[in-house]
Amino acid sequence: MPKLSFVEPGGKTHVIEGAVGLSVMEAATRSLVVPGIIGECGGCCTCATCHVYIDEPWFGRLPAADEMELGMLEGAIEPQPRSRLSCQIRITEELDGLVARIPAGQL
Amino acid sequence: MNETAALQNILIVGAGQAGGETAAELRKLGYTGGITIVGDEPQVPYRRPPLSKAFLSGAVTEESLYMMPAAGWQKQNVEFIGGVRAQSIDRAGQRLLLADGRSLAYDKLVLATGGRARTLNTPGADKPNVFAVRSIADVRGLHACREAGKRAVIVGGGFIGLEVAAVLTKLGLHVTVLEGLPRVLARVTVPEVSAFFERVHREAGVDLRTGVQIQAFEGGDRVEQVLLADGARIAADFVVAGIGQLPNVELAQAAGLAVDNGIVVDEYARTNDPHIYAAGDCANHPNAFFGCRLRLESVQNAMEHGRAVAHNLLGKPTIYNVVPWFWSDQYDLKLQMVGLSGGFDRMVVRGDFNSRAFAAFYLKDGRLIAADTVGRPQDFMFAKKLVAVRAAVDAAQLADEAVPLKSLVPAA
Repeated sequence: MPKLSFVEPGGKTHVIEGAVGLSVMEAATRSLVVPGIIGECGGCCTCATCHVYIDEPWFGRLPAADEMELGMLEGAIEPQPRSRLSCQIRITEELDGLVARIPAGQL
Repeated sequence: MNETAALQNILIVGAGQAGGETAAELRKLGYTGGITIVGDEPQVPYRRPPLSKAFLSGAVTEESLYMMPAAGWQKQNVEFIGGVRAQSIDRAGQRLLLADGRSLAYDKLVLATGGRARTLNTPGADKPNVFAVRSIADVRGLHACREAGKRAVIVGGGFIGLEVAAVLTKLGLHVTVLEGLPRVLARVTVPEVSAFFERVHREAGVDLRTGVQIQAFEGGDRVEQVLLADGARIAADFVVAGIGQLPNVELAQAAGLAVDNGIVVDEYARTNDPHIYAAGDCANHPNAFFGCRLRLESVQNAMEHGRAVAHNLLGKPTIYNVVPWFWSDQYDLKLQMVGLSGGFDRMVVRGDFNSRAFAAFYLKDGRLIAADTVGRPQDFMFAKKLVAVRAAVDAAQLADEAVPLKSLVPAA
């Protein structure tokens, strides 16, 4: 199973396994060990409480964000060029090792 | 912390998102004592919003709705008792009696009993092809009906009714929506937004009728046609009722807990029994933001209320005080709403109700109290921030698309 790393703003890192086919948000919330990824709307691209920053090279491997996701990200807390909503990222084998940085806040 | 040190046995009634989130948050916070979730449905806690959307359409599986699969709950040492109703609470003895005769002890009890679909009391409404949309089982029933060419009659032009209408229309069914009030979404938005959605559905081919009264559901064993008060008859292969929900308060009421449009809780989600908390659709909480009591029916409320309960159970006093938000997916449109617009004295529109992207802002005394947006996610996100601080906003700037909404958000 692909391994995913989540880095808290303070640097603490949580490594979890994420089943292919799940979203990164689902893998994170189901683990119960990753703080700061909430996923309130359940993956409908509607709440932006699963916002993360994705490191390269994984960011470049992701399918581009659609208009809805880009709009939500624009209004997220501290958006950056490598911001994504983790509910919109499907886990694939090529995302093994993915590093997602958790923003300072979601709500 | 002496009290929480002794806390070993947390019992949660209701396996919806409030109950599931309470359990998950307890573990996230490091609580290692016992957690038991009792639910009257067989499934582990699952997400309900997709029931009327992606699960109805068949785009997602049942397993994808689960907050965590059963194995995940086991791994977290959360006991799940499914398919059993809670019968009564023995408050003096701190025990919960289940319908199958079991009796469970608790140190703290969390009532996350949610709501149930309101049912029609029209003659014939008890026939087997009349469906609610509240549970996986309800939607499984609809799965067997959602064949292209079939005729669906949907009663209720609220979120559920319109979402179901959109899904079934896209699947090629002939859909009729019957709303008793003069417009759809009357409970949640303004006439302009209602008119927008009525137009969208009619353009998609839905036979949408407002201000109609249903006389009877006619047929043999199954509903075959719907008789309206004006004498019109509409042929139906099946009927979907989306006419709201009722909070499940009977368990609390019978136990002598305060109930008034939901189980009455304080700002810490406690009922009038110090060992019993309540969260989610079933709970009526004092909302400092609005200065009144509210019983909200939304996934945001279920999850955030559940998290607040977990914190309070563990001796971390947390006041529950949210700015509500809601959404609805219909066709390719996403309606996002923040705040409660009731009582607004001025509406300002950015964009055009005749296009498929607009934002309606609701002001009271010059401050933003709510917004409804369609196809403008960034405006929704900034409106959330503006509503949260009750920002004083300039109506002309709000309406001016050249002014980014972001620039109106006061610096934190």
